[in-house]
Amino acid sequence: MKSLLAPGHRGCAGCCDAMAAKFTLMAAGEDCIVVSPTGCLEVMTTPYPESSWEIPWIHSLFENNAAVASGIEAALKAKGEMGNTKIIAMGGDGATLDIGMRSVSGAFERGHDFTFVCIDNEAYMNTGVQRSGATPFAASTTTSPSGTVSFGNIRPKKNMPAIIAAHGSPYIATTSIGYPKDMIRKVKTAVDVEGPTYVHAHSPCTTGWGFDTSKTVEVAKMAVETCLWPLYEMEDGEITKVKKIKNPKPVEDYLKMQRRFKHLFTKEGGDDFIKQIQALADKNIEKFGLQ
Amino acid sequence: MKRDFEKDKKDMVVVEGSYAVASAVKSCRPNVISAYPITPQTHIVEDLSQFMADGEIPNCEYIMVESEFSALSALVGSSAAGARSYSATTSQGLELMHEVLFNVSGMRLPVVMTVANRAVSAPINIWNDQQDSISQRDTGWIQLYAEDTQEVSDMTAQAFKIAEDPDVLLPVMTCMDGFILSHVYEPVVLLDDDLVAEYLPPFEPEFKLDPKNPKTFGAFADPNSYTEFRFLQQQAMNKALKTIEDAADEFYDLFGRYYGGLIDTYETDDADIVLMAMGSIVGTIKDVIDTLRAKGVKVGLLKVRSFRPFPVEAIHNVIKDAKVVVALDKNISIGLNEGALFTETKASLYNTKIDVPVIGFMIGHGGRDIPVETIENIIDEAKKVIDSGISVESQFTDLKEELL
Repeated sequence: MKSLLAPGHRGCAGCCDAMAAKFTLMAAGEDCIVVSPTGCLEVMTTPYPESSWEIPWIHSLFENNAAVASGIEAALKAKGEMGNTKIIAMGGDGATLDIGMRSVSGAFERGHDFTFVCIDNEAYMNTGVQRSGATPFAASTTTSPSGTVSFGNIRPKKNMPAIIAAHGSPYIATTSIGYPKDMIRKVKTAVDVEGPTYVHAHSPCTTGWGFDTSKTVEVAKMAVETCLWPLYEMEDGEITKVKKIKNPKPVEDYLKMQRRFKHLFTKEGGDDFIKQIQALADKNIEKFGLQ
Repeated sequence: MKRDFEKDKKDMVVVEGSYAVASAVKSCRPNVISAYPITPQTHIVEDLSQFMADGEIPNCEYIMVESEFSALSALVGSSAAGARSYSATTSQGLELMHEVLFNVSGMRLPVVMTVANRAVSAPINIWNDQQDSISQRDTGWIQLYAEDTQEVSDMTAQAFKIAEDPDVLLPVMTCMDGFILSHVYEPVVLLDDDLVAEYLPPFEPEFKLDPKNPKTFGAFADPNSYTEFRFLQQQAMNKALKTIEDAADEFYDLFGRYYGGLIDTYETDDADIVLMAMGSIVGTIKDVIDTLRAKGVKVGLLKVRSFRPFPVEAIHNVIKDAKVVVALDKNISIGLNEGALFTETKASLYNTKIDVPVIGFMIGHGGRDIPVETIENIIDEAKKVIDSGISVESQFTDLKEELL
């Protein structure tokens, strides 16, 4: 498979965005058009007059990539130029779950033939690691910092795949950049299914989460192996496939790899939060039948 | 205004202004329409929806979006993909599009959008003034203002021609006064499809989103290059000055109707008093001028058709020999106590040798009627300036003291 993201991008060493974009393009092939919102991916791949994209690519704003994708699909249909062209909107968690929510919802409700790939690194990384709707419970970010009375973000992640499922999407998948083959297969399935499809890719961020640049894949895998990030597929709203985790690892193994959870191990009372996070993993095991 | 009414008469139909616009859009062969309904623009999108339902706009997709923000965002995608793209909005909808407006012009996408001018909240008000589009003046859109329904219909075809000119490539807002033009029924000649086809060639952009020839749109520009993008936008606006006039001339040659290019004038050749205005109010002003001219008052009208680009030279040529210029504005810059047409006309005269007093009146906010008497009173105030100089530069008029 040819990589259509040129190696000259300016992402950090160990950047999850670069991997997510690369895997997405490997799955989609040359006959695709990608829309990106404002964020790391746009900034690191398109400093004028350079571009890392070897396919047609457009960035408009932070919150409208699903609407822009809608317009591209309509244009190709109207002009009889759709052929086999795949239209992909890629967005970070902020652009997808938060500021772009209405635009994403509108595009899925209207049933455009496109695929939305959410690159979920669990905070607004481009502006300096601020909390998003995808930031996990008890993670410390610059706007949900741990402090003398705080243990970080007080709310669990917004369940975006379930929200998309409520729109009647024919195909939804969760994946992780720690499992390239899984991601490529799911994106390929998504772009081949007619209608609005969704792939939510868990994407650890070395700078935002605080781990060594060589550990991105390792951290990503640990999220899956602790059952904090279950990998599943949905067809027409029903879960059809789940990646089984035979011997789930304790969540501590995942949390202690990252600076954003450091306070749970150093502050008095942190144990209780770790227990609550373990309960989230246990709930996933039960809900998705991971074992 | 040059127009052969006798020739037009046989083709006239009585339709609502919104229908005339929708019909004009249909004749322009759009590929993508995307809009969200909002009063008083609603009838335009309803009529377009009916055309779609009846299969009358071939090779077109109509995207029923969830907001004005997405309406214009969708057209970013469609226009970049090479589709002739259209929307319509007003007031709060236009305000909601604000961020996207900059994006469309910055990416040099020739989208055309009708604005049925309406007041903005708060207080909420659905009636006409021009605060909505004037508030968007710095977004890099060409802004044209129409006097009547025939003009806004014809202006639609001109707008696509101007926007898609390779020397321009800027989006165009065609502004029509809400209700006053959008909901009025009057005799109109609807655009003839064959003539429009002759006037408006298919949209074939040099660059588009095409997997066979991949390009990057909407890149990230650092301080080293951002300024040049702005400079080029300004340069395109400069080029549009001529393109707008050419589009009007060429339209006249084919259709026999002309409303001015950048501006139009009425009885200005020997006028001591020149009133400046935009939109439907110029019709009322012309009536007042007819009455006063019969009484020997030397008063004329400068109708501004293009507010962006602002036709400084054309305006100066008309007002340079006047004894007083009065700008009428259905908008205000709160904190300056001035309307935009007044501010900009006055500013454009500084550093020139043209020495003419300019005063401004803010009228017609939130749909307040502008009767003939108001215009007459304003002209009386202008006469005082000729005799004794400016006492108040810019003011509201006809305020209800009991409400203050």
